[in-house]
Amino acid sequence: MDIWKLYEMMLKSRLFEESVTNFWNNGQISGEMHLGIGEEAIVAGIVDNLEDGDAMALDHRGTPPMVMRGIDLLSLMKEFLGAEEGLCGGKGGHMHLFSKEQLIASSGIIGSSGPAAAGFALSSQYRKNGKIAIAFFGEGTMNQGMMLESMNLTVAWNLPVIFVCKDNKMAITTVSSSVTGGNLVDRAIAFGMPGYEIDGSNVEAVWKIAEKAISDARKNKGPSYIHAHCFRPEGHFLGDPLIRISRHPYQEMSNIAGPLMKSTAKFKGSSIAKRAKSIKTVVSILGKTAKDQMLSPEDPIEMTRKKLKKEPQRLENVEKKVKSEIEWVEEECMKRNKIEEVQI
Amino acid sequence: MKTMTFAEAIEDALASAMEKDDRIIILGEDVHLLRVNLFSRFGSDRVRSTPISESAFLGAAVTAAMAGCIPVVEIMLVDFIGVAADALVNHAAKLDTFSGGKWQAPLVVRASCGGGYGDGGQHEQTLWGWLAHIPGLSVVVPSNPRDAGGLMTSAIAENGPVVFLEHKLLADYWLDYLGSGGRKNVTYDIPDDGASGFVPDKWEPIPLGCADILREGKDLTIASVGVGVHRSMKAAGILEQRGIFSTVIDLRTVFPIDEECICRSVEQTSNLIVVDEDYKQFGLSGEIAAILLENEIQFKYKRVCTEGTIPYSREMEDRVLPSVDDIIKASDSMLNPNVA
Repeated sequence: MDIWKLYEMMLKSRLFEESVTNFWNNGQISGEMHLGIGEEAIVAGIVDNLEDGDAMALDHRGTPPMVMRGIDLLSLMKEFLGAEEGLCGGKGGHMHLFSKEQLIASSGIIGSSGPAAAGFALSSQYRKNGKIAIAFFGEGTMNQGMMLESMNLTVAWNLPVIFVCKDNKMAITTVSSSVTGGNLVDRAIAFGMPGYEIDGSNVEAVWKIAEKAISDARKNKGPSYIHAHCFRPEGHFLGDPLIRISRHPYQEMSNIAGPLMKSTAKFKGSSIAKRAKSIKTVVSILGKTAKDQMLSPEDPIEMTRKKLKKEPQRLENVEKKVKSEIEWVEEECMKRNKIEEVQI
Repeated sequence: MKTMTFAEAIEDALASAMEKDDRIIILGEDVHLLRVNLFSRFGSDRVRSTPISESAFLGAAVTAAMAGCIPVVEIMLVDFIGVAADALVNHAAKLDTFSGGKWQAPLVVRASCGGGYGDGGQHEQTLWGWLAHIPGLSVVVPSNPRDAGGLMTSAIAENGPVVFLEHKLLADYWLDYLGSGGRKNVTYDIPDDGASGFVPDKWEPIPLGCADILREGKDLTIASVGVGVHRSMKAAGILEQRGIFSTVIDLRTVFPIDEECICRSVEQTSNLIVVDEDYKQFGLSGEIAAILLENEIQFKYKRVCTEGTIPYSREMEDRVLPSVDDIIKASDSMLNPNVA
């Protein structure tokens, strides 16, 4: 394990996504934008254990795995900007990223990374090439039928798949525990595969488990499940209503509070106790989001950086290198926009 | 008469129905926030947030409907119906026939649909033709607040499954949720007459299968649903300046479809353009042509539809989705081939 390499991978992904955030805030990226900020240690620990020919099935949060697998950053950013020179010709966008060369397929449909990874693994198994497939998804996905069906299928067929569940405790804006029965690691184990629960902010811990699970899969020992806890400061997507309310309570709540109070006070409806309970549920979710924002738990990148501080010069060099790479991508993208403006 | 947004009208109609009929329950992902007003008023027994398990909760809604509830099930984006299609296509839609007409599932499936905000073709489809293809499913696509509330009132009162589609350019909260995310520097081609407008003081049901004629003209019939209706009205205004007078029909429901209204109009104008944001092949646009042919009506025909998968990029997406320009071009090539 090369902690320096892992740090560089994570930092590159973080700075790239911060740059994505700027472009999105400027209105240059359209639609939804689901960031993987906070998931970097999970992705780095897994991706660093991959070799050529291994496949990845990504969810709607696919930017970090693309960056860390070495996809050309400029073509990735141009894709987000909707440019024809983008990775997918500007036609896919961040939820539909594909690389045929690297065997990476993405989808915005929850659960689809399960069957997708199973199929990549089926092809490897059939061709006996020793390659494996990764499925990335969130804990909300553990309630989606096709994900659970895929788990059974990979165990029944002994397919080389690593199921990587990134658990931030929220399924879109629903608290996952409020809609989930039992323990998710136990659930995966019940299918007949090993299940590991780890701190997804600790890149070394992720790397070690990933190495074991991936080498088992290569040795024809079948699938594994890795449950990694993480924290996502930007919520479900940029502009997440819960995050907006917690950051700008007055401004955002004034839009909601009026109709809410009016509706709650209507004569016909459920009992006062039930109405109070509903209000309490909403307020407690908002409170939880606000608390998470303030707590700012262990940032995977800061955690790793602390360990590297004893070599300040080397650290500075790595950070400079990554920063200049991302700055170059930004500048190239700006150039493109300038040319377009001139043409207009 | 009072003014409401498209989203407010649906919610208001739903709330009026819920206060009268406690069989109505709402199920769906994130409804404690998406429907916060109804959640706070009617409580978590009636407004129930679900796990991301569409096939389970839509499937459960079908039998809950069979056993006395009237579920309004939310599938956030109609594109996600693929995950749960079995419940709708093989179960809800078939029950009436399979039970020999003895058992029905009164159920509303509510979903956002449509493009124009750059989210890509896995989140911007309309799919109403695909759904309307299945016997036993009604498919409702309102274009303005008045119709949205009136059609929701009807959908709830229907004795079978109804898919209720709300276009994201009309429903402001969807566009904010999925498109702008609170940003002020992104713009969309929102039809103002559709996003807000007059609604009646008290909701009356608008029957399914009853089209609305928005303007009448002798030269050309333009038939559409949803946002396409507004694009058609705009195009009709431009065509009028060129001396072409159009009838614009808002179909309001894809199935049942108002055959009589379409036939009557095309018999008079002999020229038809169907503006359909759904895919061109095997859908609403072709169905309308078939209906007219079966009725032995002589007419010229063009269609402006979405062709191919909707690309992510806003510019490319604009080229794919039906536009006012496309309608004018279709009219030119049909009525004035020399210009085209």
